Amino acid sequence: MIELEHLTKRYGEKLAVDGLTFTVRPGVVTGFLGPNGSGKSTTMRMMLGLDKPSSGEVRIDGKRYIDLKEPLRYIGGLLEARGVHPGRSAHNHLLCLAQSNEISPSRVNEVLDIVGLTSVAHKRSKGFSLGMGQRLGIAGALLGDPQVLLFDEPVNGLDPEGIHWIRNLIRDLADQGRTVFVSSHLMSEMALTADHLIVIGQGRLLADTTMADFITHNAHSFVRIRTPQPERLIAVLSAEGIGWDRGDEGSFEVSDVPAEQLGELAARHRLVLHELSPQRASLEEAFMRMTATSVEYHAHTPSENNGTASAGAPGAPPGAEPGSGPGSSGWGAHRKRGEGR
Amino acid sequence: MNSYPAPAAPFPAGPAPVGQGGALPPPAAYTSPIPITTTGLGHALASEWTKIRTVRSTLWTLGVMFLFVIGLGMLMTFTVGEDEYDSSPILSFGLPGVLLGQLGVVTLGVLVITSEYSTGMIRTTLTACPRRGRVLAAKAIVFFVVTLVLSTAACSLVALINYAQLGGRDITGYAYTDTGHGDVVTGQTSVTSGEVVRATFGIGLYMALLGLLALAVGVLLRHTAGAITTMLGVVLLPLLAGLFIPDDDVRETLQEYSAPNIIGELYDIPIVGEDNGWGLLGLLALVTTVTLAAAATVLHSRDV
Repeated sequence: MIELEHLTKRYGEKLAVDGLTFTVRPGVVTGFLGPNGSGKSTTMRMMLGLDKPSSGEVRIDGKRYIDLKEPLRYIGGLLEARGVHPGRSAHNHLLCLAQSNEISPSRVNEVLDIVGLTSVAHKRSKGFSLGMGQRLGIAGALLGDPQVLLFDEPVNGLDPEGIHWIRNLIRDLADQGRTVFVSSHLMSEMALTADHLIVIGQGRLLADTTMADFITHNAHSFVRIRTPQPERLIAVLSAEGIGWDRGDEGSFEVSDVPAEQLGELAARHRLVLHELSPQRASLEEAFMRMTATSVEYHAHTPSENNGTASAGAPGAPPGAEPGSGPGSSGWGAHRKRGEGR
Repeated sequence: MNSYPAPAAPFPAGPAPVGQGGALPPPAAYTSPIPITTTGLGHALASEWTKIRTVRSTLWTLGVMFLFVIGLGMLMTFTVGEDEYDSSPILSFGLPGVLLGQLGVVTLGVLVITSEYSTGMIRTTLTACPRRGRVLAAKAIVFFVVTLVLSTAACSLVALINYAQLGGRDITGYAYTDTGHGDVVTGQTSVTSGEVVRATFGIGLYMALLGLLALAVGVLLRHTAGAITTMLGVVLLPLLAGLFIPDDDVRETLQEYSAPNIIGELYDIPIVGEDNGWGLLGLLALVTTVTLAAAATVLHSRDV
């Protein structure tokens, strides 16, 4: 269990983390989402006692990090930046960590086995690939068999096999009753792994909710219809009082009405349909919507256009300042579909 | 018993319940089968000992120290002429080797801490042991003991070679007439026990203290090149600056308190003054302690 209470970090004038209060619970995978520069890494560093909060506090199982007698036995952390001396072998790296927490040296071989690095245990980590380096970091996190695990961008730079492995590992750890806190900017990955979500933007808490709730509340699901008889479809929908929007390639998008009902309606009116497909909102879309207004390095994203029926291209960032920041193009600018209504 | 995954975890597999808002019932948390014991400085020392012996930079820097101290020392011993061992204490031929060899120790002292910053290892270290004072103490102790033992060993070897090669010769030229030297007493080149202690343990202590100062500077600066350059300045600048200062008193003071003069005094060939080196060594110990204390304070309050 990780508890944050009014956690705040200030760098000079700038508030990197602004009064975060939330609890990460055991037994579930909690995803930690936020645009670049939103304070995720700073928050995680404060959780590990590396950075001192300007105010507020973090407690691991009710204790402050500094008061943990054997921290590796309580919490294992994998930070995004590598924390391994490249000149030291994997085995010796883990050994010096084990010794500092009175963990038996045999445990070193166990975790090397778990992460699949046994064959290169005595090689210097200098020659390790990104994936192997990540596995070594995870071995370090698992070393003390801790109740709490914290992974910052664990799948960064991994190949599909590595991603699959980490996904299963994270799920297993949570199923064993551990507290697992994972940050990632890969939405598809997060959607597959996390049960619960903490979303922050500009250092502030935007959401603390289950994955399902988050998606339902922050993105709209709709049914896409394509037909060679668009005028008739419009007439039928209007007659039924069903609202619609124009979608891509002459398709129609209907919200609020289930696909079954629309299909039956079309059948009754002998309408030819080329497509009738429920479109489930993705986590990515929900995330975009929620954070559109809080992306720090804004490329004038079209959040103010929400609610207008323009199906044009509000996503193109006109007059976006050059170098408008890492967050912009990836986050805000690609919302092509006009969300009408 | 250190098994992972936990055997027969009593938790429902599959996705945890969703859709219950923020109020999930807390499932029974995972408890590790490995017992938890309290850690202390001893654990940190074991960890730092593993660290220092498992990187190549230790081998390189201390290797270079050995090479200079012994190599250059032997070169001097076997090439000195008669008039030279007449006029200087015979152990003092170790000086040039120590002058260069100390740079290896300084470099290692800096690297012990700055390599952790440059590689990110410091985050792992401080996550494993959040008591930062304990980490610094363990690093300092391990480094100090290792360098004290090894540089004393190197200097002892050189002293032994010097004595074997140059000791027991008749003094033919003008005698080295300082008090307290074996030369005067016997009429042959010799050494007193005080000389031996200063040329071996004294020099070893000097190198270990200087290395420890380098470690403290490394903590303060967190940057390898910056810290090494700073230490080179500390070691060499007072002596070099002295060369360009016309005022005799200022120059002599600078030279007296320069690091190489400590080596000179310990070998009884001081640049300035007539002390035996213990006083300056005490001063170095004081400076090192103060700098370490500053390093501990900064390390404690600074974000990693």
